[in-house]
Amino acid sequence: MFFWSLVLIAVGIFSSFIYGRSRIKLNSKKQGTKSKSLPNYYAQYVLMWCLFPALIVYFSWAIFQEQIIQNIVISNFEYIEGAVYNEGLLLAEIRNVANNPSFADGKSIEIINAASHYSSLRQISQISFYTSIIIIMLLGALYASQKLKPDFHAQHTIEKYIQYILIFCSSVAIFTTIGIVFSLIFESLRFFAEVSIFEFLFSTEWYPFIPIREGQTAAEGSFGAVPIFAGTFLVMVVAMCVAAPLGLLTAIYLAEYASQRVRKIVKPLLEILAGIPTIVYGFFAFVSVAPFVKAFGQSIGIDASPTSALAAGMVMGVMIIPFISSLSDDVINSVPQSLREASLGIGANKAETIKKVILPAALPGIVGAFLLAISRAIGETMIVVVAAGTAPNLTGNPFENVTTVTVQIVVALIGDQEFDNPRTLSAFALGLVLFVITLFLNIIALQIVKRYRERYE
Amino acid sequence: MNNSIAKEKIVSLRKKRSLEDMRFKYYGFTAMCLSLAVLVFLLYTIFSKGYTAFQKTIVLLEVDYNQEVLKLTPDSSDEDMEKGKFFRVKKQAIENFFPDLSKSDIKLVKKLFSINVDKEIKDYFLDNPEVINTKQQIWVTAHSDVDQLLKGNSRRDVPEDRRKLNDIQLSYVDQLVEENRVKQVFNNFFFTKADSRHPEIAGVAGSFMGSLFTLFTVFILSFPIAIGASVYLEEFAPKNRITELIEVNISNLAAVPSIVFGLLGLGVLLNVFGLPRSTPLVGGSVLALMTLPTIIIACRASLKAVPPSIKEGALAVGATKTQAVFHHVVPLALPGTLTGTIIGLAQALGETAPLIMIGMIAFIPNIPTGLTEPSAALPVQIYLWVESAERGFQEKSAAAIMVILIFLFMMNAIAVFLRNRFERKW
Repeated sequence: MFFWSLVLIAVGIFSSFIYGRSRIKLNSKKQGTKSKSLPNYYAQYVLMWCLFPALIVYFSWAIFQEQIIQNIVISNFEYIEGAVYNEGLLLAEIRNVANNPSFADGKSIEIINAASHYSSLRQISQISFYTSIIIIMLLGALYASQKLKPDFHAQHTIEKYIQYILIFCSSVAIFTTIGIVFSLIFESLRFFAEVSIFEFLFSTEWYPFIPIREGQTAAEGSFGAVPIFAGTFLVMVVAMCVAAPLGLLTAIYLAEYASQRVRKIVKPLLEILAGIPTIVYGFFAFVSVAPFVKAFGQSIGIDASPTSALAAGMVMGVMIIPFISSLSDDVINSVPQSLREASLGIGANKAETIKKVILPAALPGIVGAFLLAISRAIGETMIVVVAAGTAPNLTGNPFENVTTVTVQIVVALIGDQEFDNPRTLSAFALGLVLFVITLFLNIIALQIVKRYRERYE
Repeated sequence: MNNSIAKEKIVSLRKKRSLEDMRFKYYGFTAMCLSLAVLVFLLYTIFSKGYTAFQKTIVLLEVDYNQEVLKLTPDSSDEDMEKGKFFRVKKQAIENFFPDLSKSDIKLVKKLFSINVDKEIKDYFLDNPEVINTKQQIWVTAHSDVDQLLKGNSRRDVPEDRRKLNDIQLSYVDQLVEENRVKQVFNNFFFTKADSRHPEIAGVAGSFMGSLFTLFTVFILSFPIAIGASVYLEEFAPKNRITELIEVNISNLAAVPSIVFGLLGLGVLLNVFGLPRSTPLVGGSVLALMTLPTIIIACRASLKAVPPSIKEGALAVGATKTQAVFHHVVPLALPGTLTGTIIGLAQALGETAPLIMIGMIAFIPNIPTGLTEPSAALPVQIYLWVESAERGFQEKSAAAIMVILIFLFMMNAIAVFLRNRFERKW
């Protein structure tokens, strides 16, 4: 359906363009004056008046059609007294029957009725969709064609419209942020209505299993996120222990020692390392590193679990190496050459210059890079989901199973997704914490890097 | 006297210092080599675990297409043939697979074959209807457990109760190998089938198509919006607080963890707008929002690289600002923006977490054909296979990683090609 409507819109805008062009030529000939802008601008003017209303109709249909139909079908559904219905399952069943008549065998009569209701509504919706698109395009063209007079400044108007479009494009980023903030806060508020914020932030018991069915006697869930934060922190520390020295030393070597040829080979290789999808690192951690860590732990007498903070952290560190090395490389390169030359000029050798002059000078930038890397490590999901485990242990032992904020978000949202229980909603509260922390780290890091840049410019 | 001591001191100090220098350089070199070694080791792991997935094990099975068993006649119509009792033929074939099988043995033999064997027997018959009432030797797919055993991925020397195949089954497999009734061929299923619960017939075709549809959505949404945004910010935006806010916003969005974008998709696109779950449309929209900052930053850089003299020239001959920008600056920056977009798409291709959030993790056993159909995506498929307990899926996940890496490599190669071919240095 939506494909053909796109074709329809394409035909509409094409003919409106042709129409606008010929119409303005005709009009200006009739009046014997030259039009104020080139004919193409008038054509574009008609086109825009055709296209944008049509697009608005198109998207509102695409977004709201299904929901409205479903609401009508559900509200007209003939419920049988006493039977309990799950709305989602019911809808799925009705849709299945409607899309696939062969599924109707053995279904109850009210479902078959609802399915035929559903398909008839869909048909009505389709017909009205096409007619409203055609009508709105005609109306747009009609409105625009009234303006096609030679003394109308089409170009100015078009340029104004283009400005609006561009402003809309750049505000998408703002809308995204607003969307993120509002959805996180909204769902988190629903979570905190059931679980106190102090319990969430300061209690050490994470046991998010709540009775699913009524009357089920399961333990009350408890949502103390401290073990999760601790696990995240532990994995992050392990990752930084791997990535910080390796990344920084690589950057120093590449920036100060390596020949042009080595740089040319190594930098793209590091970029490959940066471009590998995180799930691939997760696989690597799961298949190679975790068994190795387990064997290593056993050989030194520590009982390591098959998934551990150490395995996940080490692989995550590898993932961050290129991130740190390329950022630090930039930072080191932007230390003014005069500092280097001055140091070498008074007799310091290269290592001394780097350690005593360049690194102190570049320190703010490097700190900024590390902060960005930490924010990456905290927000990283797939490696920890595969290799760190899901047990909320409050421990400092990297050989043990730990869990992180991102893992718990994934675990809470896989499978059953009813939005009325705190288990699902806890994902949004954790997401909010994650968002705030990474945003905070990021703003600080960008501030530091910016100040650092300004110092040497 | 004093002089020579001082000299000695200086010499030893210099030696120490230059040693220090050497050592420091060596540290850097080691760090770099270590990072690269990990890369090599990673690629080696994936290749060594994954290359076996490109082969499957097939077994020679003698099938008797007896018309009575099939309940067909030589002149049955095509429709009747579809309904032939092929499962009975298969049962018979398995019963006669080895001479003198007891009932419990038959059960064990049956587990050596893939679930797909019924379909293969049927397809063979439908392709050659003239084989009715004859005995045919057909190569059919073996069960994943046999496949893994013969590839050496599962071990024989573990105790029987921890093995998928028991001792009798092992002896059967050995007998098959001895009689040359089993061989390994190219695994076409891996490239033509979607996900399955059975490793031997699971493939990446479904998730590959899903990823393509997702990337298509990302491109359609993010490319125009990114160009619009970057043109505005670079060329038109007045220097005021709002512009600054947008810029800060974009650079901060670039660092928001991808999983948070998944929560945005779940909370807004699915719950508020009611878009269909698990579809490339929603997945693509979320990934488009996520890659937008990356692409905008790249686009702005390439717009900045166009020398101002070009715009000024256009302005000087009377073009308006809009004309100067859209007729002269944007076309020159286009290769750069395309390169940036492709790199953004490559990032989107590997992204897993947001897709899990919006439900693309559902088990989808068929190949999607449109943007609004539930589908899997390559990285999520890999995740599902990694998490799966079944041994046969491990090589599949490594092989799927190879597919995704090749795909990524090609995208990057295109980006580099575009950059080298079209980007001008002024």
